Amino acid sequence: MRKVYLSVLGFALVCRLNVHAQTIQDTLSRTKAPSLYTPVEQPSGSAYNPQALHVDEVNLVSSYYLQNGNHSAVTGGIGTEHVTDISNGIDLKLLWGDPKVLTNSITLGLGIDHHTSASSAYVNLSGASKQGGSRVYPSIDWTKENIKKGSSFGLGAYYSGEYNYKSLGADLHFSQKTTDRMGEFGAKIQAYFDHVTLIYPSEFIPTSTTTEDVIVTNASTSGGHGDRPKIPTSPRNTFTASLSYSQIINSRMQIMFLVDGVTQNGYLSLPFHRVYFNTGKDTIERLPSTRFKLPVGFRLNYFVGDNIIVRTYYRYYLDSWGIRSNTAYAEVPVKITPFLSVSPFYRYYNQSAAKYFAPYGVHDQTDEYYTSNYEYARFTSNFFGVGLRVAPPKGVFGWQNLHDLELRYGHYSQNTNLVSDVVSLSLSFK
Amino acid sequence: MITKIARLTGCLLIVISASSCVHLKEYQKNRINDSEMALSNRKVEKNELNFQSYREAASGANAGKTGGGCGCN
Repeated sequence: MRKVYLSVLGFALVCRLNVHAQTIQDTLSRTKAPSLYTPVEQPSGSAYNPQALHVDEVNLVSSYYLQNGNHSAVTGGIGTEHVTDISNGIDLKLLWGDPKVLTNSITLGLGIDHHTSASSAYVNLSGASKQGGSRVYPSIDWTKENIKKGSSFGLGAYYSGEYNYKSLGADLHFSQKTTDRMGEFGAKIQAYFDHVTLIYPSEFIPTSTTTEDVIVTNASTSGGHGDRPKIPTSPRNTFTASLSYSQIINSRMQIMFLVDGVTQNGYLSLPFHRVYFNTGKDTIERLPSTRFKLPVGFRLNYFVGDNIIVRTYYRYYLDSWGIRSNTAYAEVPVKITPFLSVSPFYRYYNQSAAKYFAPYGVHDQTDEYYTSNYEYARFTSNFFGVGLRVAPPKGVFGWQNLHDLELRYGHYSQNTNLVSDVVSLSLSFK
Repeated sequence: MITKIARLTGCLLIVISASSCVHLKEYQKNRINDSEMALSNRKVEKNELNFQSYREAASGANAGKTGGGCGCN
């Protein structure tokens, strides 16, 4: 009992010593109150400066994707759709400026994918084309954030290069928080300037490109005969305006509205996609040179109790090719501990067919536009799986710099018989 | 169809307005600021969103990409 009294007395004494430091009397008398706290003197030449340019975060994302199906567009809506894809991406975020007033950040990204695609072999009618290919996509983004005003402004640029397709993009983005910091408005405009390499199925190679070098027609890689063959390209442009508004409803719920207006023009078909008419004759896909898309999305996240969160998303989509679609997504992260969560998820998707779609051997030669690409077919899809997230304060596996690890698996199926599996790993370093 | 979207959006706005947004102090935002509550895609979803945009006709309105890259295979 004596120990308890002494402990309480000691604690009260310590508290009183510190409280005295904040009384008016002490401030006016300018006498230093006795305190147990002694500020540590910072050396004048200290190396650490939070405002200097420093690496804020490094993110690594890797995925393995495996797909099977039997409606390849290369072979006119029939034939294997077996695809494997390994993706690796790194993002490096550099930050500088006063974190209480104004910050600048530059995010540098680099992604490399390597895929194999069984249908690519049949760009050449004999099945002799190569099945593998790679894509490299660097990006850069600069964002200036005014912490006091709650606003941000930024610019971004992207490039994506693969053998049969090149893409150059840029964006400008802006955001502004409401005065009560409960809502945020965001706007973004993007432009992509793409070039589609006109690689036709072997039976349609125009004589103007049949030089001695062009001996292999392939959707993925060159034939490997010395210099890259000079195959003409055709432009495809995409312009997007995106608006969003997010709002905190209460201490457990927040929502977001999203809308994009997307306009495309140029060569929107792919030259190595075959279409078989009802006469048995084949040709290459032909689609309009313009397309307008209007997706509208809504997110709602809700914190249930102390360790369950419900993340939801819905999107309605329509476009000028006659496609209408609904997407609904729900994910329920369950916090096993404050630093470990398991997140089962489910996504439902349906779409109506494009006006220009018909399966193998159904199109009529009098049709103005035609495709047998099942991306434009009527179908429903289901995607479900589970994610695991670990973010302990002392770092994952005790490694302080690795502050976040996410692992996620999903199984996807369409009622067109296309099925796929994807497993992804994300690592964040601070 | 656009009328349908406008009606749906209007209904949602009314429901949300009726629930009256509460002003929160910063210290009351601990749940809202939880990383699982972020109104954005997870980093680990990046490649999933890519393949979905290639296998399906619809894309956009999810703060992801709306163009660029072929996804031809």
